[in-house]
Amino acid sequence: MQNSKLGLDFNKVAHAKAVARNIADDVQKFVDQYTTVAVERTLCRLLGIDGVDANTVPLPNVLVETIKEKGVLNQGVLLFLGNAIIETGMSPQQIAETVAEGRLDPTTLPAHPEEEVKRALQPYVDASIKRISDRRAKKENYLNTIGEGPKPYLYVIVATGNIYEDVVQAQAAARQGADIIAVIRTTGQSLLDYVPYGATTEGFGGTFATQENFRIMRKALDEVSEEVGRYIRLCNYCSGLCMPEIAAMGALEGLDVMLNDALYGILFRDINMQRTLVDQFMSRVINGFAGVIINTGEDNYLTTADAVEQAHTVLASDLINEQLALLAGLKEEQMGLGHAFEMDPSLTNGFLLELAQAQMIREIFPKATLKYMPPTKFMTGNIFRGHIQDALFNMVGIWTSQGIQLLGMPTEAIHTPFMSDRYLSIENAKYIFNNMKDIGEEVEFKKDGIVQSRAKEVLDKAIALLENIEREGLFTALEKGIFADVKRPKNGGKGLEGVAAKGEHYYNPFIELMLNNK
Amino acid sequence: MSGGLYSTEKKDFDLTLDLKKIKPYGDTMNDGKTQLSFTLPVPAGDEAIEAAKQLMKKMGFENPLVVYHKELTKGFTFFNCYGSCTHTVDYSGIHVPKVESTKWDMKETDDFIRENIGRPLIVVGASTGTDAHTVGIDAIMNMKGFAGHYGLERYEMFEAHNLGSQVPNEEFIAKAIELKADALLVSQTVTQKDIHIKNLLELVEMLEAEGLRDKVILACGGPRITHELAKELGYDAGFGMNTYADDVASFIAQEFVRRKNK
Repeated sequence: MQNSKLGLDFNKVAHAKAVARNIADDVQKFVDQYTTVAVERTLCRLLGIDGVDANTVPLPNVLVETIKEKGVLNQGVLLFLGNAIIETGMSPQQIAETVAEGRLDPTTLPAHPEEEVKRALQPYVDASIKRISDRRAKKENYLNTIGEGPKPYLYVIVATGNIYEDVVQAQAAARQGADIIAVIRTTGQSLLDYVPYGATTEGFGGTFATQENFRIMRKALDEVSEEVGRYIRLCNYCSGLCMPEIAAMGALEGLDVMLNDALYGILFRDINMQRTLVDQFMSRVINGFAGVIINTGEDNYLTTADAVEQAHTVLASDLINEQLALLAGLKEEQMGLGHAFEMDPSLTNGFLLELAQAQMIREIFPKATLKYMPPTKFMTGNIFRGHIQDALFNMVGIWTSQGIQLLGMPTEAIHTPFMSDRYLSIENAKYIFNNMKDIGEEVEFKKDGIVQSRAKEVLDKAIALLENIEREGLFTALEKGIFADVKRPKNGGKGLEGVAAKGEHYYNPFIELMLNNK
Repeated sequence: MSGGLYSTEKKDFDLTLDLKKIKPYGDTMNDGKTQLSFTLPVPAGDEAIEAAKQLMKKMGFENPLVVYHKELTKGFTFFNCYGSCTHTVDYSGIHVPKVESTKWDMKETDDFIRENIGRPLIVVGASTGTDAHTVGIDAIMNMKGFAGHYGLERYEMFEAHNLGSQVPNEEFIAKAIELKADALLVSQTVTQKDIHIKNLLELVEMLEAEGLRDKVILACGGPRITHELAKELGYDAGFGMNTYADDVASFIAQEFVRRKNK
């Protein structure tokens, strides 16, 4: 039996996980029967298809739109590609280019037997798996040779809109002590049903996630990792309408951390729930195989809802995200389950409540690389108080052994961080992490005091919520607004037209290969 | 002036407050003391400190003092500085356009609408364009509100429709027509490269093209919005930092009655 500093009843925790498992299993039964345009474009990318046509439409979109227009999306893109390889002798990339030029319709070629088609695809599938494995091995080699910073990892963002300027900011942050660099995406990218192509220098509130931008930034971070003698991780966003495609691009280019929440897109971007749940599975299978740490977005529940009243929704969502991630082959260590320090600073003993919740999440997910989010909602423009709020947040982070500390900036709510803001925030965290290093080992909580009682209360409320969701099923629960007070119809939201029930001959070998080849 | 003000027993400047010539206050009237921090794209060193001081003199500071500096990364140095500002401002001659309404609490606004309008006012709000942030519009519209200021949904005499984030202007207008909106609220949180201004302007132009501009009360809000900017863009009001649902609610109610009585 695990020892709890909070006096948590681990039988209750086990029960909560079993309920969450039932919810996830129910979702998975649905997911297994469907594919989406994003999943099919992902398969194109995994077979090496890249680039854009004369109208700058990405070739994976060209190919998948072609089969969708012919009404055969349900058969999946791979059977048509395999067939075309046999018929034309061309590579998947050449086939995509030829289709884009209007010189080939892959759906009207004479059909070859399934086994022959699969054999034709095999070399490309193997090459893709090997490329991702090699990329992962390169990262693991770095970790084994130059090593990494201690946890909590210091996570900062860059968001200039220009990938080359981002590189300057990112390398500076690494030299100042950051362990993870997240390149914030440009506003609105989550709702694009394609991934832009090439290096980009214009963005609003962030920089486009493109494969070339990933490559440029990972290379810059490899350089600075060697310089500072510490492996610097790169984070981007596997969310929105292109979840699995971005996972594939990240896997190919050696990204280390991905925002990748099962429910976020549904609740906060009004993306259709069927679409997101199918997409999240494929994206997580890829992230699991590529050794990527996923981050979930529970902090978002608290940016509008009250952090005291709604704390249990964070825990409930973490539990569901964990079970869905386990089904997609992610190890617990790869789970950056999210939570946040978002209580009103005027609250008496608010620090103790935050401490209780952070410790509770730590104990319920002992192996996870928990992602702890800083204050944002009550950052006011008073940078001096903001710096202290961030200090309290850092104290909870080191006290409760969080995995990833997303550093708050004193200028939160004013502008995207200046180079000096990042320096001040890293200095703040390093000071506190060193000065209070072993406080979690030294200090115990009073029996049935404020901290212990708070943790028990949140766990009990989370269990009640999960039981309610289990009774309804996740889809109905989302329709009824049981979660986060947001109602989303099963057939509403963006991206539903890109969902199809898998046909009889549907083929996607990557899921099995990735789940079984760790 | 030499030796710095700290060591001067007798202040050699006028210690009386003159509202026609105000300057920053540290601990003595008219000392002009100001703190500022910035980064220069040069390596740390004596030359960097001198550059920071010269820059401050050009900004109008006497006795520039670099109290801390640190090279953030190769070729970039951060400074914390103090100086005495030489410039003054005529406070007595300042006029700032403000939202012309009295701020009431929820009950006062509800009572006012009940008595003077007799039906709930329909308010449609959204974070428009590519802006994915709902923090601002939620703070104004949601039941819970923000920092103890209840949102419009909690008012009895407002029918509040929060369309959420990333709402295109076309869709926003279509919804406003469908719901017969009395007032439209636009929130803009992310403001890089002034995209919010283009977006806000576009909405006004589209409303004018539809012949709707005069039929609705149009307000915008966000951390970079001021009432002055909003008026310039053709809005009836703008709500910036430290304004809450009560400010917006009072304004809508009073403006509606003001127009009705015209």
